[in-house]
Amino acid sequence: MSDELCLCVRDLSIAFRSSGRETLAVDGISFDIAKGECVALVGESGSGKSVTALSILRLLPSPAARHSGSIEFQGQDLLKLSERDMQKVRGDDITIVFQEPMTSLNPLHTIEKQIGEILLLHRGLKGAAARERTIEVLSQVGIPNPASRLKSYPHQLSGGQRQRVMIAMALANEPDLLIADEPTTALDVTVQAQIIALLKEIQARLHMSLLFITHDLGIVRKVAQRVCVMKDGKIVEHGTVERVFNSPEHPYTRALMAAEPRPDPAPPQPNAPILLETEHLKVWFPITSGFMRKVTGHIKACDGLTIALRKGETLGVVGESGSGKSTLGRAILRLISSEGPIAYMGNGLQGLTFKEMLPFRREMQIVFQDPFGSLSPRMSVGEIIKEGLKVHHRDLTDRERDERVIQALNDVGLDPATRFRFPHEFSGGQRQRIAVARAVVLEPSFIVLDEPTSALDMVIQAQMVDLLRDLQKRHNLTYLFISHDLRVVAALASRLLVMRHGLVVESGDAAELFKNPKTDYTRALFSAAFNLETAPEGVVEQ
Amino acid sequence: MDDKTRTERTLELATGGASGAPEFKPDIEPAGPLGLSGLPRGFEFSPLNIRRWQNFKANRRGYWSLWFFLVLFVVTLFAEFIANDQPLFIHYDGKSYFPVFFTYPDTEFGDDMGTAADYRDPHLQTFLDEHHAIEIWAPIRFSYRTINDNPPSAFPSKPTWMLNDKDCAFAEKNGYAKCGTLEYNWLGTDDQGRDVLARMIYGFRLSVLFGLVLTIVSSVIGIAAGAVQGYFGGWTDLLFQRFIEIWTSVPELYLLLIISSVLVPGFFVLLGILLLFSWVRLVGLVRAEFLRGRNFEYIQAARALGVSNGVIMFRHLLPNAMVATMTFLPFVMSSSVMTLTALDFLGFGLPPGSPSLGELLSQAKANVQAPWLGLTGFFTVALMLSLLIFIGEAVRDAFDPRKTFA
Repeated sequence: MSDELCLCVRDLSIAFRSSGRETLAVDGISFDIAKGECVALVGESGSGKSVTALSILRLLPSPAARHSGSIEFQGQDLLKLSERDMQKVRGDDITIVFQEPMTSLNPLHTIEKQIGEILLLHRGLKGAAARERTIEVLSQVGIPNPASRLKSYPHQLSGGQRQRVMIAMALANEPDLLIADEPTTALDVTVQAQIIALLKEIQARLHMSLLFITHDLGIVRKVAQRVCVMKDGKIVEHGTVERVFNSPEHPYTRALMAAEPRPDPAPPQPNAPILLETEHLKVWFPITSGFMRKVTGHIKACDGLTIALRKGETLGVVGESGSGKSTLGRAILRLISSEGPIAYMGNGLQGLTFKEMLPFRREMQIVFQDPFGSLSPRMSVGEIIKEGLKVHHRDLTDRERDERVIQALNDVGLDPATRFRFPHEFSGGQRQRIAVARAVVLEPSFIVLDEPTSALDMVIQAQMVDLLRDLQKRHNLTYLFISHDLRVVAALASRLLVMRHGLVVESGDAAELFKNPKTDYTRALFSAAFNLETAPEGVVEQ
Repeated sequence: MDDKTRTERTLELATGGASGAPEFKPDIEPAGPLGLSGLPRGFEFSPLNIRRWQNFKANRRGYWSLWFFLVLFVVTLFAEFIANDQPLFIHYDGKSYFPVFFTYPDTEFGDDMGTAADYRDPHLQTFLDEHHAIEIWAPIRFSYRTINDNPPSAFPSKPTWMLNDKDCAFAEKNGYAKCGTLEYNWLGTDDQGRDVLARMIYGFRLSVLFGLVLTIVSSVIGIAAGAVQGYFGGWTDLLFQRFIEIWTSVPELYLLLIISSVLVPGFFVLLGILLLFSWVRLVGLVRAEFLRGRNFEYIQAARALGVSNGVIMFRHLLPNAMVATMTFLPFVMSSSVMTLTALDFLGFGLPPGSPSLGELLSQAKANVQAPWLGLTGFFTVALMLSLLIFIGEAVRDAFDPRKTFA
């Protein structure tokens, strides 16, 4: 590592103007990146880290965003460059990898064309030369058999492969600085580990500077040499990774470090009565083809799952995306049709009519992942929570319903006076609390939690886990906890079910399983989640 | 960049809308110990709708068009009080009469025919005058079907204020009414001697009412059909869609012509015929909204709560679909008005004698020497349609989600 500076940001402030008001997104931050160094920007959503990244490439909407300060890159101030000169910097000297691999690639062009475009723009490479370079970068980012992949379209690649292609595009012109804006947030833990390993390896090999933006402290510790902690547009603390992690100075950094969910799962209840069981539960989605729409095969989202939940315990369901965990949760609640018996307290649920299902609906509730999508934007919070009461407790007066809503809001730690507000006035964490209140107001005994913490910031996640645990103790609830985030699962689950391709890979007592995973797949999942380590080839998908 | 704006929005929302919409923090009444004393906001507009109304008002042209249109509509709703061949009120022989509401036999007023009183009849007037009856007339003493018995020329006759000395001399010479004795026809008469202004007022009302009823009924049918298709999907959707495809490929106009030559066309027959085809317009729109909406997580959550399909469609999905529908309605209405005018123009519309703008236009075509017919028809239709379009544009602005949530 040399001491030569690659990027030097001084007093950078960015303000957004909308309908006359100006909001300060970034407030006078300064940091340096040396050649070949990896600096991480960490912070919660809204702290201004992505805005900082985009401003380096001057990608923010120009009249709406106002910059001040300086961003010096190899001796020239990027904020003063003309748009034409700036275009030469973008994609050549500084490149960026975005969070969402699904939307960062143009779905209408082949990979070759998309990588070739950058080569043509900055290097004038065409034809065979461009192809050769494309194959070279694709093999650098670990796409197997790159020559045959040139003609692929983005949809033919998996999420991890798309992110690799994005990185290949970013690397094509051997940039001096690569900005990675949450490059792994949308990926599975196992794939995340692979991508991080790849970035580290490439950075070391090409002696490139890396600005890594993330909210995940585990990743920071793994990849970065120095770290800047951002809060409300300011850098509250910066220093080497060892220093910041071992002796954090700022209270916010300390709070962030302590935000790990506290592991205290409900004890397994081997003698409690079985609350819910399924036997060979199957959810198959038919694949049709041809003019007559003949069924030519099935996507087996759940392929013969036999589970049993005992009263008062939490069954954690983990697995990569597409492993069928969410499908399982919805099939149990009969939100999607499935085959194979589902029994609640010994009563079969399959084949029940809407009316016959009603008493069970009161007992079984669900909390979804997305706190923005799961609340109707047109109803006040009180109405949202009251809706279930209107279905299941028709005899209650309006006042009694209101009292129950207040009770539920108190239960989830929200001020009951807020029940006349609308969902958009709440933060993500508060909204998720509302979603939980909607479930608990019916006094259910079983709740499916479908990734309830995935969309939340670390600090809020920990609070949510505490809330769920607290509710479980108070109301003797049984949870089916679906998540890909093993740290949260470890904090809550008494038993564990590892899923892959719609099948159970492994199941058993959570504490035991975390200590001694039996299958390679589970081991890979755990080491990726807890240590960000990649698995040997063939165990997990790319 | 797209990616960026989305993250940005999420950022804003995640921070409690700190920069999102702070001006919409609703005032909450001071809460009691349980928070029970806070008043529910059910009787007020939701902040969303307040915002929409503000957006609507921000489009000044649309806002003033709405007021102008409403004034015209309300005024013409009371057309009987503006243009009528019966007095509004008569005080005769110590008794009060309201000819505008009731029909009285002329024997009431001393005549001997026994038929319904014709208050414009000079003979009846002499009886009224003899008894010093107090009469209150509408500003225009013609109804839409009243024929002017004392025209200054052959029909169609000129607007009275346009008559010059030459016209007066001609009238005197040919035995028409003398200029000094004329009743005013502000916009002249049509080729059957009926007052154009009165017909315009009644015609405007009829067109708007027809358009309104057609729009409302076809929207209700269209929304219901679209909702069912979108929500249930699958075979329901497939069969319904194919049916609509076949239905819309029927040549509408020809069928209308055939039906209206078989059935006697009246207000409701025409409404029914046009309804056969106009309901399809909103189906696709609503269907798409429901298809999109039924997989929202809050719909799933409502299903998990055990809320019935009907309630989910009505309470959760319909408000989503209404945005698209509301945006469309003024345009549907203006095209309904246009269809009616076109049919009347072709002579397949309302029965002869109805106050219709289309008929006025077709008369104008037949009587090019009488430009007051064409000009009146043209300006009335143009004004009405323009106002509707301006209102429609403002409604579109108001429901624009980018503006509502900005």
